[in-house]
Amino acid sequence: MKQNQTQVKISKEEVKHVAELARLDMDDSSIEIFSKQIGNILQYIDTLKGVNTEKAAPTSHAVFLPNAFREDEVKDHMDRNLALSNAPEKENGNFIVPKVIG
Amino acid sequence: MQLYELTIHEAGRLLKNREITSEQLTTAVLERIEQIDDKIGAYLTVCADLAMEQAKAADLVIAKGDGSPLTGIPMAIKDLICTKGIRTTCASAMLDQFVPPFDATIMEKLNRQHAVMIGKTNMDEFAMGSSTEHSAFKPTRNPWDPERIPGGSSGGSAAATAADMCIGAIGSDTGGSIRQPASHCSVTGLKPTYGRVSRFGLVAFASSLDQIGPIAKDVTDTAIILNAIAGYDPKDSTSLPEPVPDYTSALEKGLKGVRVGIPREYFETEGVDSSVLESVEKAISTICDTGAERVEISLPQSKYGVAAYYVIAPCEASSNLARYDGVKYGFRASGKTDMIDMYRATRSKGFGAEVKRRIIIGTYCLSSGYYDAYYGKASQVRTLIMEDYKNAFESCDIILAPVAPTPAFKIGEKVDDPLTMYLSDIFTLSVNLAGIPGISVPCGFSPEGLPIGLQILGNHLCEEKILKVAYNFEQATEFHNKKPAV
Repeated sequence: MKQNQTQVKISKEEVKHVAELARLDMDDSSIEIFSKQIGNILQYIDTLKGVNTEKAAPTSHAVFLPNAFREDEVKDHMDRNLALSNAPEKENGNFIVPKVIG
Repeated sequence: MQLYELTIHEAGRLLKNREITSEQLTTAVLERIEQIDDKIGAYLTVCADLAMEQAKAADLVIAKGDGSPLTGIPMAIKDLICTKGIRTTCASAMLDQFVPPFDATIMEKLNRQHAVMIGKTNMDEFAMGSSTEHSAFKPTRNPWDPERIPGGSSGGSAAATAADMCIGAIGSDTGGSIRQPASHCSVTGLKPTYGRVSRFGLVAFASSLDQIGPIAKDVTDTAIILNAIAGYDPKDSTSLPEPVPDYTSALEKGLKGVRVGIPREYFETEGVDSSVLESVEKAISTICDTGAERVEISLPQSKYGVAAYYVIAPCEASSNLARYDGVKYGFRASGKTDMIDMYRATRSKGFGAEVKRRIIIGTYCLSSGYYDAYYGKASQVRTLIMEDYKNAFESCDIILAPVAPTPAFKIGEKVDDPLTMYLSDIFTLSVNLAGIPGISVPCGFSPEGLPIGLQILGNHLCEEKILKVAYNFEQATEFHNKKPAV
């Protein structure tokens, strides 16, 4: 891809900002690599701009299905301890997390 | 012939006639894994004890005359399908220690048939990749050439099937992840119609594209596995409430009256290896020689498939993978006293580079100010791609195409160049965008002896048609009988 001749698609600051939104820490060298690689990808994605989509409704689901409704019935469900079995930290049947409100 | 070389239908017959036991068959497959998997790296977990227990139970079921087509058959399961009590990693450090407290619906179905789970197979982390190099644990090598990738993301399942380290396998396909590795390893792989197989218990990557399907040694086995796993599931609201036919009854000889569409654009694409084009052209002739009629078709929007896919799939992935926050299950980074710091440290250490790259692309494309230009636009282009197929299927019954533009590339060749890696899925991605079914069957070898696959596509829920064409092609050729020298 001819990245050098064109405007930068996604700056290092933008990568850093988006990583922050996605709760990812990134060091400077990763940000630099991602900025280049993702820039190339976004530039390729820009080919979509040339498609006439005026009459096209967006599709989010490839196969038509009506909404799936069911009766609201009480049923047996997974045992609480089993549901907690993979928790990194737990106590008295609860998930333990770092303090949220100071 | 060694027992591990058997197909499902051959082994099934021997089991039913009591000529072999599942215990013998399972032992043979486990020994095969023990002997050669150091060289291939297809498995992340081998469940030897469980498999032997299941084999003994299957033998009792068969002795009572209650067997099903998969009873006692050793199956390899891609490691993103939740298996109760058996570690399910998605080839990610994030789920390194994850032991699902429940079975995926397809596992319940396989267990009901008393299939034997031999182990969990390697893959690209969270199914993001085309080479199985993005596994957090190890790469998988192609049994035809250990210097090359087996394809991905279901590379472990395809390599295990090709190298006879299982009798049949399960993979998943979000953009080609069953068909492309099947093509690179010279086995048969089917991506069913979106919604044909329940996704309950499949670790989500891109929910509007993901579909579970079979990877097998031949077309008959593919139909047998699909019979077992297809069907409506109330636990998956996107599964289709449609009856499941007996797919093996579609495997009849003769293709008279079948119209096969040849998409012009696929054969004019730049960068397609000449051995791939030659093999696919020959395959088209073989299929037409069995009575099918060739129809030229056009898929004018297909050239936008990769671009639309690489917006939609990362957007869905960035949303799906938000759940990995170190709270309910999976890895948690230690030593953080602040919640947000804990999230960041957990996700930064738990995810590999390709997963992070896609989360960032997806988050960017969905972020304020960019949504319409990227996700909105790609969703509209998706509609046009679907209309292309709809129009094409008015003049043909099935579509023939290459699976991958080149035979398997070398390990390391594309790993630092994500865009080039993405473009290797050019012939498979739009099938997921349209939700239609597709199969890859072996159709030749390159001059270096690397496998080449033929892709056969059908309209929604037309799995029987593509299986029939695949079966006729297989019966007219010998490619599926050739085995790699491991």
